[in-house]
Amino acid sequence: MSTLPIPPAQSAYLLAGAQKNMPPPRNFKISGVLADRLFALLAHAAAWFTLLILLAILVSLVVGAWPAISAYGLGFLTSSVWDPVQNEYGGLVMIYGTLATSLIALVIAVPVSFGIALFLTELSPGWLKRPLGTAIELLAAVPSIVYGMWGLMVFGPILATWVQAPLQKLFAGVPYLGALVSGPPVGIGILSAGIILAIMIIPFISAVMRDVFEVTPALLKESAYGLGATTWEVVWTVVLPYTKTGVLGGIMLGLGRALGETMAVTFVIGNMNQLDSVSLFAAANSITSALANEFAEAAEGLHQASLIYLGLVLFFITFVVLALSKILLMRLQKGEGARA
Amino acid sequence: MNGSVIKVLVAGAAAAAFATGAYAQQEATGAGASFPAPLYSKWAADYNKATGVRINYQSVGSGAGLRQIEAKTVDFGASDAPLKDEDLAKKGLIQFPTVIGGVVPVVNIAGIAPGQIKLSGQVLGDIYLGKITQWTDPAIVKLNPGVKLPDAAIAPVRRADGSGTSFVFTNYLSKVNEEWKAKVGEGTAVNWPTGAGGKGNEGVAAFVGRLPNSIGYVEYAYVKQNKLTYVQLSNSTGNFVSPDDTSFKAAAAGADWSKSFYQILTNQPGKDAWPITGATFILMHKVQDKPVQAATTLKFFEWAYRVGDKTASDLDYVPMPDSVKAAIMKQWDSIQDGSGKAVAYK
Repeated sequence: MSTLPIPPAQSAYLLAGAQKNMPPPRNFKISGVLADRLFALLAHAAAWFTLLILLAILVSLVVGAWPAISAYGLGFLTSSVWDPVQNEYGGLVMIYGTLATSLIALVIAVPVSFGIALFLTELSPGWLKRPLGTAIELLAAVPSIVYGMWGLMVFGPILATWVQAPLQKLFAGVPYLGALVSGPPVGIGILSAGIILAIMIIPFISAVMRDVFEVTPALLKESAYGLGATTWEVVWTVVLPYTKTGVLGGIMLGLGRALGETMAVTFVIGNMNQLDSVSLFAAANSITSALANEFAEAAEGLHQASLIYLGLVLFFITFVVLALSKILLMRLQKGEGARA
Repeated sequence: MNGSVIKVLVAGAAAAAFATGAYAQQEATGAGASFPAPLYSKWAADYNKATGVRINYQSVGSGAGLRQIEAKTVDFGASDAPLKDEDLAKKGLIQFPTVIGGVVPVVNIAGIAPGQIKLSGQVLGDIYLGKITQWTDPAIVKLNPGVKLPDAAIAPVRRADGSGTSFVFTNYLSKVNEEWKAKVGEGTAVNWPTGAGGKGNEGVAAFVGRLPNSIGYVEYAYVKQNKLTYVQLSNSTGNFVSPDDTSFKAAAAGADWSKSFYQILTNQPGKDAWPITGATFILMHKVQDKPVQAATTLKFFEWAYRVGDKTASDLDYVPMPDSVKAAIMKQWDSIQDGSGKAVAYK
């Protein structure tokens, strides 16, 4: 069969025009095709441009960090020395701080967000749903520096007086646990930063969770209720399996925010480069906080390069987190297929 | 119609080009240290009112200021730490001090009034080294006979961000405490052996205000404005002094500005000199690609030295002594345009 002289899209158009017995608007037809092509081109360009920017960021980070990379190599990741005077740098303290605070934030934020979403979708009386949902969304709009100031001025002292001091008394002399709460009761450190981060990411995670919980078909839930399931059983065995991809997406969104948060962390983490104490109340440092604090005054050379190297490490951590979540999602979807 | 639109556009563009050309002569841009930023902004605003000339100052930090002046993206840079003469020569820059400020240790101890606690540089260094951890340490008690010190741990607070304030403070500690010099050294950011880090002067002030039995160090202006509990320090003559304009000026007078402006005013001789004093500096290229902007910059600082002292004092900075100002203006004669002609600013 020979190829048609008219492309399929156009022929369909002609056909439609012929059917309605109207003269096809010629100008419109041509410009429509052109506009389509132009739009496709622009959309393609935008997509590629994003990739290009990502690549450019990566390249400029590597170029900027090169003096540090060539000087320390991967040893940078395991060294905890950060001494601008001796010009010696290692990133372990900051990497540990970033990971530890984000982990604490997730441990606190995920169950709380789950509870909030569960309450809003299953338990809340109708009149409370909207105001409460809006209030939680509003929390996401509070600037991070406000959380930082609040953490430093209000929350830190409360944590020191009402949490750390009693815990220290309780665990005095107990191995491991005692070390975990040791240190002067200052109210700033890893735990404060983790809790502040948790408060900051709860709105994100709970908003996503609520939205995905709400799309669970009422039919499924009502069937479960009809079989005599409790609310908890419905959520745990029907809603959660149905929405797990969305829930995981929400958690990853929160984790991304926690890893990258700067100002609030700077205020409450204590900005101390040490790993001698494993105490949750010990002052520490995070990658973002070190960058924010030191970049403006960093001398050219190894100091600046090491800071950029830290940025590269953060880039890498975020990338790994994203990749892991994608793999997890793929696994989950595979599991779904097997069960069906 | 199209023709007339084009004509208007061309005319507009030409006017705009002309305007920016004329405008460029009437402005200069600088960037750097955050410590003198409030003063430079006020000076610039006053200068603009008096002459119509615009001076833009970006408070980006001393390190960034140095990078920007080296890259020639600004007409002048500003730094709290002076450059050594050989570094200046290598980079083709000159520097001159504008105002003096003091770094002051502050404490938060219940029942202690400003100036009631006396410390020496050795003791201050040992506190920040983590060697002296209690307020009742014999070394502190010996300096403060009759003062009721709390039986509590000292909570040292220091700057988390790299800063000129930390440079002056650690430079002082390196001069008066051998162990500090060997273990930590001096710099805008150092490897602090102990202490919680606050961001900026306001961060340190907030920490000290909130933590009982803490000690920190901030710029003098913060002490005055927030009425913090400062301590008295023993200076190089062994005399105990309080931080104020007179003791800062005494420190500046002790320095020999005639040979080089590389003067760090810590631990200066003079019985009234406050030991942790530092000047803040302006950096300019010796050979100017843009002599017009250079002239604008110099005119601005000439004006600031002439009439800006009161503004500086109002904002709790200490103006330079007149003899130093004269030496600075003499040095300006060495700033040249590309052809080797001195940039005229008078």
